[in-house]
Amino acid sequence: MPRMGSRVRVRNDMPPGHIRTPAYLRGKCGVIERTLGPFANPEELAYRHSGAPLALHRVRFTMAEVWGAAAEIPTDTIEAEIYAHWLEPADAA
Amino acid sequence: MTDTIPQADGHRWHDMGGAAAGEVPLADHDFALWEKRVDALMILCSAKGHFTVDGLRRALEDMPPSSFEELSYYERWIASVSQNLVEAGVLTTFEIGERMSAIRERGQTYGDAADG
Amino acid sequence: MPHDHHNHLSPSGHPFRADNDHPLSYWQTMEIAVRELLIEKGVTTAAEIARQIDAMDNRTPANGAAVVARAWTDPDFRAALQHDASVATSEMGFDIGPMKLIAVENTADLHNIVVCTLCSCYPRNLLGLPPDWYKSRAYRSRTVREPRRVLAEFGVTLPETTQIRVHDSTADMRYVVIPARPDGTDGWSTDDLAHLVTRDSMVGTGLPKSPDALA
Repeated sequence: MPRMGSRVRVRNDMPPGHIRTPAYLRGKCGVIERTLGPFANPEELAYRHSGAPLALHRVRFTMAEVWGAAAEIPTDTIEAEIYAHWLEPADAA
Repeated sequence: MTDTIPQADGHRWHDMGGAAAGEVPLADHDFALWEKRVDALMILCSAKGHFTVDGLRRALEDMPPSSFEELSYYERWIASVSQNLVEAGVLTTFEIGERMSAIRERGQTYGDAADG
Repeated sequence: MPHDHHNHLSPSGHPFRADNDHPLSYWQTMEIAVRELLIEKGVTTAAEIARQIDAMDNRTPANGAAVVARAWTDPDFRAALQHDASVATSEMGFDIGPMKLIAVENTADLHNIVVCTLCSCYPRNLLGLPPDWYKSRAYRSRTVREPRRVLAEFGVTLPETTQIRVHDSTADMRYVVIPARPDGTDGWSTDDLAHLVTRDSMVGTGLPKSPDALA
């Protein structure tokens, strides 16, 4: 379970269906800004299932991390809410 | 001219963050009564447990990419609300279609047809 | 009984669209059908639908402006807002329902801007219904990638020394930006301060008005 300040990577999967992890963040690394929830998994609610409760992490990414050389200002940031099952430790092999 | 998001790699069209696009169109419009009614029906039906906002979004996302350009926001919403109500077993496609035909008989304008 | 919107002005001060006189569309027909069927089946009532429309009509950016003005003048409220904005604003009478509110403060060094790249999530109870531009392809696509160019289109240019933080409203949170309090407003009442707070300044695409603008 990642803590505030820990570095995480967003999984790089491309599943079909209703997903609330934006594609532009998949595979990117960021830092946990705060943890919220639990909330029911929207990927299940969308198909009329109950939705297992999941922790929701607000993750902060730098523009440099997300866009590389295309970033306007590399140190500007994006913060997005990512459900726990989409995150892995950033130092995972 | 808008850039479409390539779907061959599984990137879905509604997932727009980072795509190239033109200038932000700053014009706004006041909502028509029928649009407010669509919004109200969504809020009420989801509050009553017939479907979730997640189901609403999922049906919107499953529409073809062209729907975002060809249909307005609340046109797509009423399509999604209808689909979700059918999935919930609250309405059937047949009775929606049957009622729509009856409504068209009432008149040519929203004002005539809605007050019938 | 449906509201008669003819001859009235909407909360934004514009006349309602004369859709009642335009040719009936397929989707309008569907709305009428679904609404009538739901009423006939007892799922809802005409009165309940009308009440919901009234409730949404009464949610305007003035709600958010009142929250901002109080945050500017009441340090305890400002702290409560940062600790749990849902609780703090509900105590002012603004109920966020099942969502959770996060208030993000602008400073001299930090400017926040909110977008929902995946759909159109928006703090409706504080700001009313989202404007068309918030739901547009261009805003949803570009704000996370080039926020400074997007801001320039809204007439806002910030120095490189001000960090821009883009909040992508992907899940159960809703965001309201607390703009920085304009200079020259010492001693102002919360009502007067609220008049400086624009809708766009609470989304992050604008700045609050300066006292000179009200002169």
